[in-house]
Amino acid sequence: MALLQISEPGMSAAPHQHRLAVGIDLGTTNSLVATVRNGIAVVLQDEVGRSLLPSIVRYKADGGVDVGYAAQGTQATDPRNTIVSAKRFMGRGLKDVSHIESMPYDFLDAEGMVRLRTVAGVKSPVETSAEILRVLRERAEASLGGELVGAVITVPAYFDDAQRQATKDAAKLAGLNVLRLLNEPTAAAIAYGLDNASEGVYAVFDLGGGTFDISILKLSRGVFEVLATNGDASLGGDDFDQRVYCWILDDARITFPSIEDTRRLLLKAREAKEMLTSHDEAPIHAELGTGQAVDLTLKIDTFADITRTLISKTLGPTRKALRDAGLTVNDIKGVVMVGGATRMPQVQRAVAEYFKQEPLTNLDPEKVVALGAAMQANVLAGNRAGADDWLLLDVIPLSLGLETMGGLTEKVITRNSTIPIAKAQEFTTFKDGQTAMSFHVVQGERELVSDCRSLAKFELRGIPPMVAGAARIRVTFQVDADGLLAVSAREMTSGVEASITVKPSYGLTDDEIAGMLKESIDHVGDDVQARNLREQQVEAQRLVEAVEAALAADGRLLRVEERADIDEEIAALRKRIAGADHRAIKAGIDSLNAATQDFAARRMDQGIKRALTGQKIVEFKI
Amino acid sequence: MAVTLTERAAKHVSTFIAKRGKGVGVRIGVKTSGCSGMSYKLEFADEAAPEDVVFECHGVKVLVDPKSLPYVDGTELDFAREGLNEGFKFNNPNVKDQCGCGESFNV
Repeated sequence: MALLQISEPGMSAAPHQHRLAVGIDLGTTNSLVATVRNGIAVVLQDEVGRSLLPSIVRYKADGGVDVGYAAQGTQATDPRNTIVSAKRFMGRGLKDVSHIESMPYDFLDAEGMVRLRTVAGVKSPVETSAEILRVLRERAEASLGGELVGAVITVPAYFDDAQRQATKDAAKLAGLNVLRLLNEPTAAAIAYGLDNASEGVYAVFDLGGGTFDISILKLSRGVFEVLATNGDASLGGDDFDQRVYCWILDDARITFPSIEDTRRLLLKAREAKEMLTSHDEAPIHAELGTGQAVDLTLKIDTFADITRTLISKTLGPTRKALRDAGLTVNDIKGVVMVGGATRMPQVQRAVAEYFKQEPLTNLDPEKVVALGAAMQANVLAGNRAGADDWLLLDVIPLSLGLETMGGLTEKVITRNSTIPIAKAQEFTTFKDGQTAMSFHVVQGERELVSDCRSLAKFELRGIPPMVAGAARIRVTFQVDADGLLAVSAREMTSGVEASITVKPSYGLTDDEIAGMLKESIDHVGDDVQARNLREQQVEAQRLVEAVEAALAADGRLLRVEERADIDEEIAALRKRIAGADHRAIKAGIDSLNAATQDFAARRMDQGIKRALTGQKIVEFKI
Repeated sequence: MAVTLTERAAKHVSTFIAKRGKGVGVRIGVKTSGCSGMSYKLEFADEAAPEDVVFECHGVKVLVDPKSLPYVDGTELDFAREGLNEGFKFNNPNVKDQCGCGESFNV
């Protein structure tokens, strides 16, 4: 008969109605799947008791696919068809991928996302990730004895729309129903039960194999909110191995090692590093292809010396994240450690010193994200009583907005707003009789559209012709719980509507996000200047067009020399618009306004006369 | 008659309760549903109801509501592993026939 699990009181499942749900940590280096069984979150293991699944996929000539440990061995012999770190390519264009020149793959630039040419055909990173997810799904279904109702999959907090969408697509391809995408730091905090802890601000320090992320989370009334994230996309445990490797080369006077020797020594370096988490020294023995024997001892002090700069590299982003959140170290109530590299005692010491408190390390840092995801999946699948449902709030990493006249950005949703969120703003037409409006959705902090990232464009047609400024177009930005953006525009009087779901063709790398944020800070002065200039230019342009329209309609109200004066003013203002001095343009606007004051008054008188002509006095109601 | 646990099942139940952090024991019962008439209820018990019949076995309290008792009396709860899957198994002498997977049964 079927094997049963103990449920929460009153939550027993009806037969064949088990709500099996899992949490998946789809990592750059390793992936895991976990579930809640008998009330406890556990990582599910494979047939031989291994929890981790290396995030490696090998495509074979016969169309077969190896995933995980099976593919790990061929990394060296078949690098082109053995895909590691597919996560780095998710939702990325060719130019978004850093260090692409040092990767052994045959990249193809395709619309939206890079593709990899393999012996089994062209593969997208989504397909590669789907292979990993499929293996995890099969492991889960074998372990739980049934089909899954869904999965919570974790993503880095800084993942943008394109990367999140790509992750969802991969899950779909793997036959998984995504209950929710969850930010990795939030998952770690859940695993530590911080959701039941007292309210406050927590830091999640995630040093994985190749990436470093620091997140600042705020817990209030059982709700998590990501206040800020920062990190370094190319810093992780592998860099520590690399330092030890260089030390070995140096100390053993090895020059130009062969590829095999490099691999051998890197492995030794890694073993030494792992040994030093619980010992004061680690022996390094190896025999090279050249016959040279390496026989060294790495002392913990030496290790600390050669890796000191790596550790200090984690503190820069940490400081920035705190500053972004507007907090100091004293505001942090607890620090959660995530990622295998946080097992290193000197990392823990550095973190403890910086935050002036001991970090939480009692859960396995490699499993903590998957465990938290499993707990969230368990709630979303309906296996826990409703009272302690979590509502998890995340933030958007960069402001979302629209292009307005003059190439300026109008931010509709500002950076670090919690999601889900919907915001509406009203816009209007710029020209008389304008019947269409085009919307350009941009992402970024800068004032000029050209400095931000373009996400999507769409048009609203069928606006009834009206004078400029009379139409009321309500634009709504909506970001759902997974961080995906939908934008709609509606003309309020006629009800015409247009909308778009932003599935950006390109994503942003976290380096770029960091770069864009930094630029916006560095360029605050320039941006204010640029905004002032564009605003005055737009205003001047509008005025010139209005005056010219008036001259065309009622030019005969002016004497020749008056007309010449105004024409001269217009020409002068036109010249200033082309310049870059917003004060000069403003002066020109004022001057043209002054010069046309009489003309405007005469037009008004004439308009009233025209309106009154032929009317009888009795028809006026006063 | 009574409801019992194998030693292995009792060990797992105690571990789960300890990790869960609360609970007085495990509640066993039946529900009238399923393709073959009745199905088992296996839940953590946070408190005993006054009418509950309580058994104790290898240090674990088993709570059964009186309405369910006739259907599960004599049952032994075991913990089993089948491939990657693991979980609890009801060895219930009252069962006459059950659906293919054994999740629901008839007495």
